[in-house]
Amino acid sequence: MDFFIGHYNYWIVIILMMLGFYTVISKGNLVKKIVGLNIFQVSVFLLYISIGTVTGGAAPITTEGVVLYSNPLPHVLILTAIVVGVATTALGLALVVRIKESYGTIEEDEIHECDHSL
Amino acid sequence: MIDVIIDVTVLAFLTITAVAIVRMTNLFAIVMLFGIFSFLSAVMFIGMDAVDVAFTEAAVGAGISTVLMLGTIALTKDRKEKYPGGHRPWLPLAVVIVTGATLVYGTLDIPAFGDLNAPSQKHVAPYYIEKSMEDTGVPNIVTAVLASYRGFDTLGEVVVIFTAGIAVLLLIGGRRRKSDVAGQAGEDDDE
Repeated sequence: MDFFIGHYNYWIVIILMMLGFYTVISKGNLVKKIVGLNIFQVSVFLLYISIGTVTGGAAPITTEGVVLYSNPLPHVLILTAIVVGVATTALGLALVVRIKESYGTIEEDEIHECDHSL
Repeated sequence: MIDVIIDVTVLAFLTITAVAIVRMTNLFAIVMLFGIFSFLSAVMFIGMDAVDVAFTEAAVGAGISTVLMLGTIALTKDRKEKYPGGHRPWLPLAVVIVTGATLVYGTLDIPAFGDLNAPSQKHVAPYYIEKSMEDTGVPNIVTAVLASYRGFDTLGEVVVIFTAGIAVLLLIGGRRRKSDVAGQAGEDDDE
């Protein structure tokens, strides 16, 4: 039972990750694919922060009389990752807008049809 | 105990939202649900003591990402996913289940959630916690590491964002052929 509670976080995060992954590889709509990619990304963040958590630890801000803090290093890495993630999302969405301009659709199947008919 | 209850509840909400996103076909609803997903993950981060991350996720992840996605739906004028069944769902499902099973197998070796003696807690983290105040004079350890110990890392991050901003401008910034709206979106994306 202790093992289950200790790993519950990781397992749910993996389920979320796989839901995002499934959206990316099985859905044809490009905007939905990017939403799936973002879900995957947020799940990775949750996994990292879970690894850095210490039971009973305080938020990593130096305070008088507090000795136990959560691990600040994953927080720093994920802060960087969140901002970079938004940059990649913006780039992906810009590509979607361009694809819509050139092909007139954002459905993967229709884009493939356009390519074959050329 | 209350920690565990909050943890389990928010994780349950996150899963429900993610399942709803996978199953829905209305793109506007999908994007709004993604905003909710992002905010719930920010709540989760606060529960796990990562206040700085929660702050950034709520502002950047839930805010800017959602706005960018809404802008894209406005520009592409597609409101619905046309083929909700996807193409052959069985192969992706199999891939996802195999990957998920492998990852779960990998977690069996990970130290339990919140374990103080986990290897990740023993490496450089104690140094940052003990010394950051006297080294940098910044009480917030995350800020101290981000801006001082790993300052070059943050510089690299700025380069990445700059590159992405330029790429977005190159892709849609200069074109005003179809409509003026496309150009405005390019300026918005530059943040």
